[in-house]
Amino acid sequence: MDDEELIATRESFGKALADIDDERVVVLDADLDTSTKTKYFAEKHPDRFFEMGISESDMVGTAAGLASSGKIPFASSFASFITGRCYDQIRCSIAYPNLNVKLIGTHSGITVGEDGATHQMLEDISMMRTLPNMIVLCPSDDISCKKLVQEATKFNGPIYIRLSRYKTPLIYDEEDEFEIGKGYQIGEGKDGTIFATGDVVSECLEAQDVLKEMGIDVRVCDMYSIKPIDKELIIKSAKETNMLFSVEDHSIVGGLGSAIAEVLTTNCPKKLTRIGINDTFGKSGRPEDLLKYFGIDQEAIVEKVMEEKQKQN
Amino acid sequence: MKITKTFALEKIANKIRMDTLQEIYYAKSGHPGSSLSCVDILTVLYFNEMNIDSQKPNDENRDRFVLSKGHASAALYATLAEAGYFPKEELNTFRNISSYLQGHPDMKNTPGVDMSTGSLGQGLSVANGMALASKMDQKGYRVYCLIGDGELEEGQIWEAAMTSSKYSLDNLCAIIDCNNLQLTGNTNDVKGLNADSIESKFKSFGFNTLRIDGNNIDSIIDALSKAEQTKGMPTCIVAKTIKGKGVSFMENKVEWHGKAPNDAEFKKAIDELLKQGKEIDVQN
Repeated sequence: MDDEELIATRESFGKALADIDDERVVVLDADLDTSTKTKYFAEKHPDRFFEMGISESDMVGTAAGLASSGKIPFASSFASFITGRCYDQIRCSIAYPNLNVKLIGTHSGITVGEDGATHQMLEDISMMRTLPNMIVLCPSDDISCKKLVQEATKFNGPIYIRLSRYKTPLIYDEEDEFEIGKGYQIGEGKDGTIFATGDVVSECLEAQDVLKEMGIDVRVCDMYSIKPIDKELIIKSAKETNMLFSVEDHSIVGGLGSAIAEVLTTNCPKKLTRIGINDTFGKSGRPEDLLKYFGIDQEAIVEKVMEEKQKQN
Repeated sequence: MKITKTFALEKIANKIRMDTLQEIYYAKSGHPGSSLSCVDILTVLYFNEMNIDSQKPNDENRDRFVLSKGHASAALYATLAEAGYFPKEELNTFRNISSYLQGHPDMKNTPGVDMSTGSLGQGLSVANGMALASKMDQKGYRVYCLIGDGELEEGQIWEAAMTSSKYSLDNLCAIIDCNNLQLTGNTNDVKGLNADSIESKFKSFGFNTLRIDGNNIDSIIDALSKAEQTKGMPTCIVAKTIKGKGVSFMENKVEWHGKAPNDAEFKKAIDELLKQGKEIDVQN
């Protein structure tokens, strides 16, 4: 894959945001607009952009006030700061009053790379999905990200969008549709299902190809909407395939795997192998090396599926 | 309808104090001290200052009020009921399982509540957002934010203060209910907060500051009018108040921060307030 074909979802978000044709949209950033890519919006619509400085809590509260007065604010920062630092502000000033604020967390997961543990947010899905009223989206490629940013703008209510700085390949075509509350099934494999979200969906698709060559036919379900989650897709896949896996660039505590396990437990109890960061902090390194180190790259996924296949035989 | 006569406003404040105490007495919980200290400020805002219509609580051109010190909810509810946002009988359901009058203000379910609050330190940021929207849309509405003095210990207040000043939010008025007490004691002992230090802090953050007696109706009217005339910068009114104001045995007593009166205490408090009400009548 050539580098030119790889795009980080933060970039897709920045472009999609600048293109939204709605005067009600306002954007707030906390001294990171070149990193979160809200700079594209700031350049195009300076009168609707607010540089809040390094004060995320204030940014989130200001967004709440703007939303209560009819605006559609997008407040952006790194995932660790906008969710971790501002949890109580999000809980009390946005989720509880159900205000129409879009929270954007770029730089999620270990693929942040060299900046290390403080900047590698691995608990944000867990925290955001536990909040009543909050929608949690985590797109996996350029096209799904752009479309979900548009969907989020149309939706009236608080949404957290989890994005990545790690560049990943295109997965979808322009005709593909992405709806809040749905997942996207890729392949019809009957041997197993890999549920995945965000920047590791592409790793799962590579694993899917490798497994196919080995005679194991799995489907990949891109769970870009973590809350609400596509229960039908989970139940259908649990019924149609023997092995179930979840893969996420996030802690296995409270993340995508947990969300899927909750659906399975209630509807069709079945073993789920959760692949993610195993209740530990991240560390510095190159993103590719970290994916391997933490066992969420293509090779590790193939290995886990093979292990499970062995157990079943 | 705006009420301009001082004694008429004093009389309303007196009624609101009794209703506030009754709410807390019925609920057997709430924050009497923190509520009573700010009743005069709420009275002037809702009956003299703000452009509002209780029959149109969601009018997009209305002035907004954010009770950042959300634990003074009983006083806000008594004020809103007096202003006609909902029937007074609702006050007796305060903090009750079937009530929309939550322990701390809930904008989604209570008519007239412009922002849900309760976790301290968040109101000024929200008020800034409202004031920014007013300016963007050239609607001209003003935003008032009542903040506790102890609440100023929250760092977010100062992040927000920089924002108010950066965007020259002259349609924003922060009012500090400076009653000198917080749960564990004197605000000066806890974190060096007193009217002087508070005023100098806000001044240094770029606010026009005013110092007033926050339990004096005329002073409050005068300060709010000066705030409205101040252009190019936000105003902060440091309102010196008495915690528990109006009920002698609650005044300046930290133990009345978050405790409901028993039967005898409630009766004693109401008798005292009734007497004050009669004195207002006699003087006018």
